[in-house]
Amino acid sequence: MLGFGVDRLQADINRLLTSLFHQGVLDEQFLQLQQLQDETSPTFVYDVINIYFDESEKLLRSLRLLLMDREFSDYKKIGLHLNQLVGSSSSIGARRVRNVCVAFRSASELNNRPGCLRGLEIVEHEYHYLKNMMHELFQLEQQRLLAAGVRYPM
Amino acid sequence: MADEVPNLAESKLTALVVDDNYVNQSMHHKLLDRLGIENDVVCNGQEAVDVHCSGRNYDLILMDMDMPVMNGIQATKRLREMGIESKIAGVTTRAKEEEMQEFMEAGLNDFQEKPLTISKLLSILHKLDFYVHT
Repeated sequence: MLGFGVDRLQADINRLLTSLFHQGVLDEQFLQLQQLQDETSPTFVYDVINIYFDESEKLLRSLRLLLMDREFSDYKKIGLHLNQLVGSSSSIGARRVRNVCVAFRSASELNNRPGCLRGLEIVEHEYHYLKNMMHELFQLEQQRLLAAGVRYPM
Repeated sequence: MADEVPNLAESKLTALVVDDNYVNQSMHHKLLDRLGIENDVVCNGQEAVDVHCSGRNYDLILMDMDMPVMNGIQATKRLREMGIESKIAGVTTRAKEEEMQEFMEAGLNDFQEKPLTISKLLSILHKLDFYVHT
């Protein structure tokens, strides 16, 4: 009976992942990331995603500060930050975040400030959605591990 | 997938990951680890040059293009000027045709678009004669 908890949680995890793939939030590169996790690095996915969160939030903060400055004109710096975001989003399979960063980058290449501001809003929205989904996934994973660690009484 | 991934530990290959992005550093380091390739990681082209000046040498260098301090094109040129004969594979998220040309002419042996995967890495190793698929 205790095994049903594990099975149900695994089913919930599978459903969530299927939904995220279907929505285009994640792509096959996320599977590559999962496949790198092994007994020598059992929390690899969690660790890399957290590095991604840390780095992305620094970049997003910097982008917002740049664009909020009335004297702003450094579109090259915007482009450099976005290259970083595009790169790391691609690496973890965060397809939608990657795509909206590419669109934002196009606006920066045209020195289009309103376009950049709109682009930033969209990126922030997609990023926070992804982050919430990843947190949900990690919570389910943690519950599954705990449930799997329960021993049947002898 | 674990059954399909060759272990190249016996070949005692060594590699250097040159990338300023921490996510990519982690991924590339792990990809190489998974193949049994001992590897180090540095954050930019200058550090790649410095590590070679300290006497280290690698069979393979995975070189990102856009990096602060010294980018991949500058670092590749510098390493070749120093006489470093390691195989250098350029890896980048996007590159215009002329940028790729410039990167290749700097002294690359191969080029792959990010994100790197096991199969892309095996392709690099195969092309550079480090790995023969059986």
